[in-house]
Amino acid sequence: MADDTLLDIRGLVIEATSYPPGEPPKEVTLVHGVDLKLQRGKVLGLIGESGAGKSTIGLSAMSYGRGGVRLTKGTIHLNGREIREATPRELRTLRGKEVTYVAQSAAAAFNPAKKLMEQLIETSLSHGVMTKSEAEARAVMLFKKLGLPNPETFGNRYPHQVSGGQLQRAMTAMALCPKPDLVIFDEPTTALDVTTQIDVLAAIKEAIRDTRVAALYITHDLAVVAQVADDIMVLRHGRMVEYGPTAQVIHEPRQDYTKALVSVRSLEHEEKAPAAPVLRVENVTARYRGTNFDVLKNINVDLAPGQTLAVVGESGSGKSTLARAITGLLPPTQGRISFAGRQLSRELKGRSKDDLREIQMIYQMADTAMNPRQTVGTIIGRPLEFYFGLRGKARDARVQDLLDQIEMGKGFADRYPAELSGGQKQRVCIARALAANPKMIICDEVTSALDPLVADGILKLLMALQAEAQVAYLFITHDLATVRAIADKIAVMYKGSVVRYGQKSDVLAPPFDDYTDLLLSSVPEMEIGWLERTIAHRKMESAGN
Amino acid sequence: MRLPFTQTRLPVSAFIGLTLTGIFLFCAIFAQWIAPYPIDMAVGGVWEGPSEKYWLGTDTIGRDILSRLIYGGQITIFVALASSALAFSLGAFFGFFAAVNGGWIDQTLSRIVDLMMAIPSLIVALVMLSVLPLNLTVLILVIGVLDSTRVFRLSRAVAVDIAVMDYVEAAKLRGEGGRWVIFREILPNALSPLVAEFGLRFIFAVLFISTLSFLGLGVQPPLADWGGMVKENKDGLVYGKSAALVPAFAIAALAISVNLVADWVLTRTSSLKGGRGG
Repeated sequence: MADDTLLDIRGLVIEATSYPPGEPPKEVTLVHGVDLKLQRGKVLGLIGESGAGKSTIGLSAMSYGRGGVRLTKGTIHLNGREIREATPRELRTLRGKEVTYVAQSAAAAFNPAKKLMEQLIETSLSHGVMTKSEAEARAVMLFKKLGLPNPETFGNRYPHQVSGGQLQRAMTAMALCPKPDLVIFDEPTTALDVTTQIDVLAAIKEAIRDTRVAALYITHDLAVVAQVADDIMVLRHGRMVEYGPTAQVIHEPRQDYTKALVSVRSLEHEEKAPAAPVLRVENVTARYRGTNFDVLKNINVDLAPGQTLAVVGESGSGKSTLARAITGLLPPTQGRISFAGRQLSRELKGRSKDDLREIQMIYQMADTAMNPRQTVGTIIGRPLEFYFGLRGKARDARVQDLLDQIEMGKGFADRYPAELSGGQKQRVCIARALAANPKMIICDEVTSALDPLVADGILKLLMALQAEAQVAYLFITHDLATVRAIADKIAVMYKGSVVRYGQKSDVLAPPFDDYTDLLLSSVPEMEIGWLERTIAHRKMESAGN
Repeated sequence: MRLPFTQTRLPVSAFIGLTLTGIFLFCAIFAQWIAPYPIDMAVGGVWEGPSEKYWLGTDTIGRDILSRLIYGGQITIFVALASSALAFSLGAFFGFFAAVNGGWIDQTLSRIVDLMMAIPSLIVALVMLSVLPLNLTVLILVIGVLDSTRVFRLSRAVAVDIAVMDYVEAAKLRGEGGRWVIFREILPNALSPLVAEFGLRFIFAVLFISTLSFLGLGVQPPLADWGGMVKENKDGLVYGKSAALVPAFAIAALAISVNLVADWVLTRTSSLKGGRGG
């Protein structure tokens, strides 16, 4: 073994027991014999869709299996010694000293009752790596390096007193504090807004470089990993698909699956000409009860029949609130909303059955949007029964039509949501919306919880259905690639206001206002060196910092 | 999802609980055929010990304890079941109603319930039973209404969690009325914790009836129930007669066996909700 090899995994097999609903438990293999090698100071990106086994492999680098997961075969050498069969005592000295971990959701990983500094230096102290004052000095140094505000006093805050992007950086500082040899980054920027992600990403990259630590960087986003990794391993269903230097993987992918990942968002959409609107939102202002600031400020947008209006913005920009105002869940304090030529009542209660039928909604989390105790047949059939009085055979036949329309075959009507995959669940939600025969569907981040290839399928389906049924979409998203792929019109929202609005070709063409520029430039591109270039050219700080 | 109970083998404790509960229920339902003697006939001497003729001995006026235990079980279990069912219908309905509507409806209902819970239920029951006519219907109503406050709390808490789910919002946006939302969207999802809670509330009802009967305000003679039997025979303890211990033991055994079943239901359903990795 060469001297600078830090981590050497060979023939790793990981198994677990799964409990499928209504069936006896069975053994499943999550990882089928994966090999990887990581040199000191290098970064390896593990990439794949959910279920690819990337986190499972990442955690195996500290010989850990999450929730009943067992590392059954193969060898894991860290710093030259085998750790798969290490005793709990040996593992305890190793974890937190030689290997540390950065989780996806920093907000869930920090103890809300303790100050950040106390949590940051905890591992360094418990492993006796350094004294308290040394650890604190190192933490402050790391805060500075990670670009956190007031590094001297930052550690005196509680987790809820800092923003999500800052917390994620604090967690990186926590992982780096005990001077580990290896850090496992498990989707560290996935939960952040794009404009925040870019700063965190740059901070992580710099910290990795300066501390010369090796890292396993786990993500589903190829463009993100291209910025930080030296090598990339593409995983699918627990098997290695492709493994090579970053430049080769993203510019000359050898496997079909990698090619599909690189070229995802193949969807092209021809912008439709402006037309008389079906939905018109005029001067709408809204606030939540019991608060004293407006979450929507004087919003004016409209949407033509059979077209798509994309509402883009970061979390907290008010885009979902706009959907709530349109559906009547949050009555606006000012302004009016008209639909198909009639003015809609502000309140849900005041709307007619047709008002409700013609505006349907699809949610981000298909899991929580469907009643787990109802079959697909009931979920799709209920709007038919409720709006059109269809019953018995007529209803079942229409349900099957709709299932065909969403490209799901026979036999699905009797299934429960738990028996469907993520993409299938979202399709059922689309069918439920279509069942009402609506004029407009509000799509609230419908693809952001899905894997890229699945999301692509959903978008294609939505576009095909639009062409077929002439339904208009109000498409709420934070993902600009999606917007390019489907929108006719775009409204960019920032802190409750629409800062840019118009036809897609106009909104996405320069000159940009500062915020749109920031938003557009923050979307990671599949190109090495993009991160540094973008950071250097920025005009405006993101709101999340 | 469809069959929550088919995944793993029955644990021993659940098996014991189910068997004992089954025996109790069987005896209660078929009391008339099983009991060797009528409920209210003096058949032997006072406080006779267990013998071949009287398996568990005789009581303070020479009645067969086993027969009275079986008939008493029938009444105890019937009253407890009926009052728990009443408590659940009332409590769950109002709990869901409060959770779905929120606002002043929720506030009013919750504060009324708080008020009722602030006074110890035994005292309320004693006051109510001393002014109302003493019969089984009144007993069931009083226990049911008092117990419904606990059920209200639980079902409101469960329903508040469910009411914010997107599928409930979707139903509201569709224009569904309160009945569909409560009975078709919320109830099926709240059922598991409520079923487990039903077991526990049932036991509390058994204990409550027994307490009331022991104090003389529960089931009235010549009918028998277990608490009443303890009361009738308690003087025997002074003379070393164990007649009072038999019904007391029956109360304990029923409580434990139903509890074991409730525990099992609870672990089954909560592991369903949590699953692996959430």
